[in-house]
Amino acid sequence: MIGIIGYGSYVPIYRIKVEEIARQWGDNAEAIKNGIKVYEKTVPGQDEDTITIAYMAAKYALVRAGIDPKEIGALYIGSESHPYAVKPSGTVVAEALGMVPDIHIADYEFACKAGSEAMFVAYTHVKAGHMKYAMGIGADTSQGAPGDALEYTAAAGGSAFIFGKGDKVIAEVVDTYSYTTDTADFWRRETRPYPKHGGRFTGDPAYFHHVLSAAKGIMEKNGLTAKDFRYAVFHMPNASFPMRAARRLGFTKEQYEVGLIVPYTGNFYSGASPTGLSASLDDAKPGDLILMVSFGSGAGSDAFIFRVTERINEVRDLVPKVWDQIRTPRKRYLTYGEYAKFREKILMNE
Amino acid sequence: MPIQRFYPHIPQRYRLEGTKCKKCGKVHFPPRQVCNSCGSKELEPYRLAEEGEIITYTVVYTPPDDFKTKKPYVVAIAKMDDGAKLTAQVTDCTPDEVEIGKRVRVVFRKINAEGKSGIIEYGYKFVLI
Amino acid sequence: MRDVAVIGVGWPKWGELWKKDIRNIFVEAALMAIEDAGVDHIDSMYVASMSPGLWSKQEHIGALMADYLGQTPIPAVRVESACASGGMAVRLGFIEVASGMSDIVLVGGVEKMWTGEDFTAVLATAADQEYEAFHGLTFPALYALMARRHMHEFGTKREQLAMVSVKNHANGARNPRAQYQREITVEAVLNSPPVADPLNLLDCSPVTDGAAAIILAPVDLARKIAKDRPIVQIIGSGAATDSIALADRESYVELPAVKKAAEIAYKMAGVGPEDIDLAEVHDCFTIAEIIVTEDLGFFEKGKGGEAVEQGLTKIGGKIPVNTSGGLKSKGHPVGATGVAQIVEITEQLWGVSGERQVEGAKIGLAQNMGGSGASSTVHILKRID
Repeated sequence: MIGIIGYGSYVPIYRIKVEEIARQWGDNAEAIKNGIKVYEKTVPGQDEDTITIAYMAAKYALVRAGIDPKEIGALYIGSESHPYAVKPSGTVVAEALGMVPDIHIADYEFACKAGSEAMFVAYTHVKAGHMKYAMGIGADTSQGAPGDALEYTAAAGGSAFIFGKGDKVIAEVVDTYSYTTDTADFWRRETRPYPKHGGRFTGDPAYFHHVLSAAKGIMEKNGLTAKDFRYAVFHMPNASFPMRAARRLGFTKEQYEVGLIVPYTGNFYSGASPTGLSASLDDAKPGDLILMVSFGSGAGSDAFIFRVTERINEVRDLVPKVWDQIRTPRKRYLTYGEYAKFREKILMNE
Repeated sequence: MPIQRFYPHIPQRYRLEGTKCKKCGKVHFPPRQVCNSCGSKELEPYRLAEEGEIITYTVVYTPPDDFKTKKPYVVAIAKMDDGAKLTAQVTDCTPDEVEIGKRVRVVFRKINAEGKSGIIEYGYKFVLI
Repeated sequence: MRDVAVIGVGWPKWGELWKKDIRNIFVEAALMAIEDAGVDHIDSMYVASMSPGLWSKQEHIGALMADYLGQTPIPAVRVESACASGGMAVRLGFIEVASGMSDIVLVGGVEKMWTGEDFTAVLATAADQEYEAFHGLTFPALYALMARRHMHEFGTKREQLAMVSVKNHANGARNPRAQYQREITVEAVLNSPPVADPLNLLDCSPVTDGAAAIILAPVDLARKIAKDRPIVQIIGSGAATDSIALADRESYVELPAVKKAAEIAYKMAGVGPEDIDLAEVHDCFTIAEIIVTEDLGFFEKGKGGEAVEQGLTKIGGKIPVNTSGGLKSKGHPVGATGVAQIVEITEQLWGVSGERQVEGAKIGLAQNMGGSGASSTVHILKRID
């Protein structure tokens, strides 16, 4: 049996409400909330970035896995907000967690599916017998241009998954399937601070086409239908897209609501569907099947089917769970001014 | 700071690596070559406890230029559970939440950066438990 | 060892000296001291300065100052021990004269701090750069860590800290060389902007340009060239060090380097704290004066705050402290501070301190320290008749 042997997520404590952003730009907050079904989003602290978020998620994953960090043969971090354009994020995380030097490291980038890519490659290394354990992380401190629709959802958070074999597995990988075309619905050019997008073009030809194709593909391949799954997690750039995708695939609210964190967190980009998976694992019982479908603009989807094992009951409560972090009493709401300072959107003197 | 100055401190900043005296058991952070308690030169690598208790703290309102967008921030000295004392910022809190005697845990954060183009300096901070 | 006297002093006005660079500031003080001593040459020179390299991008100031003072080729060297640079230079000058190596030694201190550099960051280099300053600790913050602990352990009141500042400003208002010659109130201290809680702006010594200098010579020589003023002899000199990082100390309410330097100086002088008529101490922050007056043995540990409140440290009190105005009011041009303390004590023992004069002063003490107390010096001076 090959699958996830440890998982962990990290959600920053800072939040900004849709109302606060709307007030800044003269938008109608109610209309926006109605449209995207997102009410608030996370904001990284001034001392947080993709590396520190990946570190925390990885640390929690190591606790649940209960293994020596030195046994991890590969570390892959998927993000579209790596703090360095040139120089890996993974080396910092691996050095800080004591995984170096016998380790293969790479950073991934494929818009919002870089995290599931990292997971996919980590899993296939273990499956191929290259190494005992491999870690894949999806983490982001997403960029949204001030005043752009994305500013309401671009958030920060991430999740880490350690793959391995044998009785340490808590969620077996039943199968994977990827669906990819060249569809530029959202992009950011080199050296530019903010991404651009194709507006409604991000919907049908991009998100829905790839997510639905990947989901249908993997279910058909495995002779499964929506009702066979306990949980379904779809990439969540907002809440309305994954809910519509779920309905079109025949999933019910009970199946997607646990993993649908976006109304209270915003979009974690590369960390979005991985954190939805993490939230589902926090809730799962042995034997449950979980479908996870990521989406990365550009465009593609990675689909995974997991079957939860008995070991989930031993590891679930070892570290903070996703929804507990989302609902933390330490949560602190920012004004738009504080948000602009935190995200370094204010023009400062050198 | 330039990477050349940051690099020697990575084991301490990233992993809290100090030393422990083989003779008297004193824990040192940062690591030492001579024990500051008994003078022994027989020291072994030691990784600091990650939790401790605040002994004293201050709230910095007038920081150096490097920290001017972070003010006010809290800096504390905590006695870690293995007896070593560690100086670090207390993050993710407001100054009025911090008190002598409160428990803290070490987290990994961005401490500073060498301007917009230089290296990012990661290291340890405290959060309240 | 030969007995050593202070035979001349120079202390020009301190403040924001926009028109003068570091060499102008130093040479002015050195010339005053040479003239005051009435000597026609000096044999050797020590220049105390904390960080001319960071503030003025100028190292090698021993030679620079000897050159601009017109004293080449005498030996001259810079002495650095952060804020205790001045006290350490005095000690080295004292040792050089006492040893017989030189007869007339100039000890000067200088700092040019208003140079456009980030002085908070420059001063923080006196702390552990990698394990204190790296985390955003500043000097006010380090002393705030001590202050909070002192308040926690002994119930020292916030107002008592403020009273140190009020007392020192009252003295400094009567010192024509002080940077801030004005009195302040407890309310003004409490209402001044926070710097590092619990310390406010008016708990902190200011940023100052300035220099001070003294001339040391053997007592025998001093008697020959003495003007119509008594001989002031350095009867005790002590210095000590401690951990650079505050965290490494056993206690944050005492300064072992100060205690040790005092112990050495008292022993050498053959006197105790009860024999001291007045003291200049390193009040870089109000809490520092409270802790130091305890560690010098003037008051019991934990009673320094009460002592200030009871007026024991003002002029006319049990032990007048910082008659010059202290670092708080007269200014703190780092390298010059420890030297100016000797100037103040010497003048008090000469009996020429005017409005600030401590009547009948015979023995005075000067305590200077660097960093959060990682280095300290104590000198004891006596009027010999």
